[in-house]
Amino acid sequence: MSTAIPLSAQLINLFASVILLLSFAMLAQRRILPLINLFALQGLTLALSTLVVAFTTNQTHLYWSAGLTLLLKAMLLPWILHRLVRQLWAKWDVESLINVPTTMLVGIVLVIISFNVALPISELSSTVSRGTLGIALATVLLAFLMMITRTKAIPQVVGFLAMENGLFLAATSATYGMPMVVELGIALDVLVGAIILGVFFFQIRDQFDSLDIRHMERLKER
Amino acid sequence: MNVDFFILMLAIPLVSGALLIFAGERDWAPHLNIIASAGTFLASVLLTMEIIDHGARFALGEQFFIDSMNVFFVTLTTFVGLTTSIFFGPYMRNEEAHGRLTKPRLRLYKSMFQLFMFTMLIALTTNNLGLLWVAMEAATLTTVLLVSLYRTSASQEAAWKYFILCGVGIAQALFGTILLYFAAERVLGETGNALLWTHLVDVKGQLNPTIMAISFIFLLVGYGTKVGLAPLHNWLPDAHAEGPTPVSAVLSGLLLNVALYAILRCKVLADGAIPTGFAGNLMMGFGLLTLVVAAFFLARQKDVKRMFAYSSIEHMGLITFAFGMGGATANFAGLLHMTMHSLTKSAIFFAVGHAAQKCGTQIMEDIRGLIKINPVIGWGLMLGTLAILGMPPFGVFASEFMILTHAIKYFPWATPFLLIALGVAFAAIFGKVQPMVFDEAHAKPLPHAPAITPVFLHLGIVLMIGLYMPPYLVRWFQEAAKMMG
Repeated sequence: MSTAIPLSAQLINLFASVILLLSFAMLAQRRILPLINLFALQGLTLALSTLVVAFTTNQTHLYWSAGLTLLLKAMLLPWILHRLVRQLWAKWDVESLINVPTTMLVGIVLVIISFNVALPISELSSTVSRGTLGIALATVLLAFLMMITRTKAIPQVVGFLAMENGLFLAATSATYGMPMVVELGIALDVLVGAIILGVFFFQIRDQFDSLDIRHMERLKER
Repeated sequence: MNVDFFILMLAIPLVSGALLIFAGERDWAPHLNIIASAGTFLASVLLTMEIIDHGARFALGEQFFIDSMNVFFVTLTTFVGLTTSIFFGPYMRNEEAHGRLTKPRLRLYKSMFQLFMFTMLIALTTNNLGLLWVAMEAATLTTVLLVSLYRTSASQEAAWKYFILCGVGIAQALFGTILLYFAAERVLGETGNALLWTHLVDVKGQLNPTIMAISFIFLLVGYGTKVGLAPLHNWLPDAHAEGPTPVSAVLSGLLLNVALYAILRCKVLADGAIPTGFAGNLMMGFGLLTLVVAAFFLARQKDVKRMFAYSSIEHMGLITFAFGMGGATANFAGLLHMTMHSLTKSAIFFAVGHAAQKCGTQIMEDIRGLIKINPVIGWGLMLGTLAILGMPPFGVFASEFMILTHAIKYFPWATPFLLIALGVAFAAIFGKVQPMVFDEAHAKPLPHAPAITPVFLHLGIVLMIGLYMPPYLVRWFQEAAKMMG
């Protein structure tokens, strides 16, 4: 076991673990504004990790996707969310429902599961970043968990966007990113989705006087 | 060939979608909507004739690919799009007269409807499985604001659920697509062709079976959410019941088909890579579960649109099961059933929309005696219901019969589930629709005469196919069924 891991791979692994750590931090964060900041930080780390992969492998299109990630996920989307929070006066929304220790434990189980699922796949991969596929899947599942446990609209959306972060990490770690057309399309979908949700938030607030989705429990099978 | 009908077919909805935003509330805006849909339909028919004559072809480099399988979905989509926009005019004028909708929202509706058609046509014709995902997500985005068009608390709840559940589902599908790309890249290399379906089909035998199996699970669960497969079907009845009726008609008649089409494309690849029939078994399992769950929920419904939404889930389960069985006969039956379900279900939604408008409610107990208030709507609903329940001589009978006999022959263990589910569904729906049509009446006439042509147009086609299938249609279905293996 004396084969030294190259510096680039070490850096990529470091960034990936920071992303995983931020996922857990987001899971535990109850206040909305710090949550958005954590999301921005995750986007930034994602962009940095993509940049390192791009630099190591000399893939020009990865520079583009790193730039796109930085612009979209570390700057534009957090800015839109900040504006929404300010305009909707949702700044002091603190959630009290979630049981943080239990959520954390469930999160750890999810991480173990995703490492097991990803193991056979990463063994077949030849990319420098193959070790991070498990982390990518874990990020997706943790974001999923966050969406389930949250009761306010904006944290659910942050969870939704964090899930996209995990998917992006999966794409870069397994295959050095999807073809450019697809990545542009995905970025467009995410952006349009965020804008539509912004419009939608105002409608919900006008209707319910709150962004608490516990008010939305009328439609179910009785 | 000077005019590329394919480009025309994509350009019309895109341009008219943009135009309709700016057209505002001018008088010609509804006409533009119908004209655009008619133009799209015409272009797709011409495209179909071209494909029948000259065989499959690419468009815009290799990014788009039209063959006998998807051209059939394209025609169906544009046809239902056209009839829906014809239906839309009188329906929305009535809604406006009732004060449920305002002009700006109608403008939003028309524009979004055209863009929705655009995204679905992209999803159907693209050769790139990544673009397919992008278009599917875009189709959700264009319809979210349509589901919440009435801005009632229930419709917003439905739209929120629709957005979040489909968003989560479609994220799984993206992960599946990434894994598929990963498997393909090892065979095809980093050429950018590794997501093109035509390239993938050529090498499907060499794709790594383990990765393909994991990938197909994610793809099936992801796109399956949009098809309405249990257990992620919860968004569907809400979105159908709370959105405006034309939206319910296109969601049920078209969006579910397009999502299922995405699964079918992926299944061809998974079947090539995994020799054990894993993909088919998985689809049979999900299909059967969906069918049974939906059938039992049907019996408890009080809202008429909600009930027919569950009926859509039930039929999607049946179709998924049929494609899961695989083979020429089952695929043929699945395709036929998809067509019949699209036409019948949108016809039912058209009739139900007018019926609900007439009685001012969607609660079935309060809708009574349609046959006396408006015999045409009453008969439309009755015949549509009989058709969707699989009564001969309608086309649904033919396809359900084929699915059942195929299941009895090759998968006898599934037969009791199929029969029980279909029986329960029949009892539930017929028992509820019968008094709605034939009971004593109490309702006022509508300010605007309803558009009944689309209902009977759809039912007429379903009846015709039940009695006589034109040979070119049979050949078309057979060719598509063969492609699916």
